[in-house]
Amino acid sequence: MPSNKGYSKKLLRNFLNPKNFGEIKNPDAVGKVGNPTCGDIMWMYLKIDPKTEKIKDIKFKTYGCAAAIASTEQLTIIAKGKTLKEAEKITMKDVASALEGLPQIKLHCSTMAIQALKKSIEEYRKKKKNGK
Amino acid sequence: MKVYLDNAATTKVDEKVVKEMLPYFAEQYGNASSMHIEGNNAKNALEKARKIIANSLGAKTSEIYFTSGGTESNNWAIKGLFWQHYPKKDHIITTKVEHDATLKTCKWLESQGAKVTYLDVDKEGFIDLKQLENSITSKTILVSIIHGNNEIGTIQDVEAIYKITKGKTLLHLDACQSYTKTELSVKYADLITINSHKIYGPKGVGALYIKDGIEIVPLIHGGGHEKGKRSGTENIPGVIGFAKAVEMANKKEVKKMQELRDYIIKNILENIKNTKLNGPVGDKRLTNNVNISFNDIEGEALGGYLENKDIYVSTGSACMSNTLKSSHVLQAIKLNPLQANSSIRISLSKYTTQKEVDYFLEKLPEIVTKLRRLSPLVK
Ligand SMILES: Cc1ncc(COP(=O)(O)O)c(C=O)c1O
Ligand code: FES
Repeated sequence: MPSNKGYSKKLLRNFLNPKNFGEIKNPDAVGKVGNPTCGDIMWMYLKIDPKTEKIKDIKFKTYGCAAAIASTEQLTIIAKGKTLKEAEKITMKDVASALEGLPQIKLHCSTMAIQALKKSIEEYRKKKKNGK
Repeated sequence: MKVYLDNAATTKVDEKVVKEMLPYFAEQYGNASSMHIEGNNAKNALEKARKIIANSLGAKTSEIYFTSGGTESNNWAIKGLFWQHYPKKDHIITTKVEHDATLKTCKWLESQGAKVTYLDVDKEGFIDLKQLENSITSKTILVSIIHGNNEIGTIQDVEAIYKITKGKTLLHLDACQSYTKTELSVKYADLITINSHKIYGPKGVGALYIKDGIEIVPLIHGGGHEKGKRSGTENIPGVIGFAKAVEMANKKEVKKMQELRDYIIKNILENIKNTKLNGPVGDKRLTNNVNISFNDIEGEALGGYLENKDIYVSTGSACMSNTLKSSHVLQAIKLNPLQANSSIRISLSKYTTQKEVDYFLEKLPEIVTKLRRLSPLVK
């Protein structure tokens, strides 16, 4: 199976050894999305500093391909330590270029990662609003 | 250790096959159509190869036509018979579990006026003989069926199928995966597709068996080779290699694969939770095919982790396909998309050793555990 074909070295490293793969106990928010293209699933967990609104910790779980795992890992690396406002501005291009390229057919996998992050931020804001 | 378990995709060419082919590149390179002695040598070699292939199927030499492989043979059988009979007859019957070489051919022929029935299969991939019988009409040109399924290993009961089609319509078998691995004879078919690269022969060569007396329009027109039915200067080295591969095939290697196959299936189903075998067990399964769904794990990811350990398999996952749709075969046996996307195919060859299999079975559980830990589907 040529699964690892067409992937950059960086992408493969992320795929095989993701550091932020897993879940956060008692997260401040969880964003759950499905990928309509291939039917895959992604959950994003956030721990937020309420004062600075900085992302203290971020983890993810996915039922998805190598590109999905690697892009999400990359996104979490970029997002960690950023404020929610900054994190929202991260684009698929930022992720793809940090990965030293993504095959065309796999671009939707990194879109799924971005969507999961956005969804988790939304959830956080909703919770905060309701909490007050 | 490199462990190649994707032999349903293609096999290593046997060294003895390579050796047999070599003289036909730079020494005896004549064109079988030439009048002179060089041409004659090539012609003799070609006919010797044809005899070997014919014998292996119980066919006459006049019934074997060499082609560029399984894809061409399937295209020719289906399009050739369609154009032979259209518009008087316009109906084709096939199944939902065909190789793309058949499926896409039928789909295209629908745009040319063909009416196609795609037979359902049961949970193990077998067609329903009643549905087949009921589908045949006076307009049916042919029934085209995959003998041994390339994804889930199901071997159709061709004897029973031929009983139904005989005298009513023509039966074409795609036997690329089953050839030399299971009983295959012209007693139970009118046309048979076989190829070389699944049986340790070179790529780009195959044959179509056409029972004497069946008329069929050529797919490839030209200089009139193969009795005017399939033009193009014959691929002598390829055909020689193909025949050598057929000659070397034997029951012992089939038995060895079968034992390893059953060992793998038993080991995985017993030792890894939430796994499911796709396709049948026992004699009705291709001797070299294992197809298993690992719940909650995406197939491409699993394949990628295995590849990192130098183990090569294949997957029916949507993520892995160019269309991002999961395998039509797995859909036809009614797997839900998640189960289909969680499948991998492990296919053995005569070279596969116990040691390689044990290495694979040792690495597999750790990978499954890791990926399941990271799956949102596992509670
Ligand atoms: C069942 C089946 N039919 C047809 C083919 C196509 O054969 P080829 O690769 O020789 O064109 C294959 C293999 O790829 C196959 O497994
Ligand atoms: S997650 Fe399915 S193709 Fe990437």
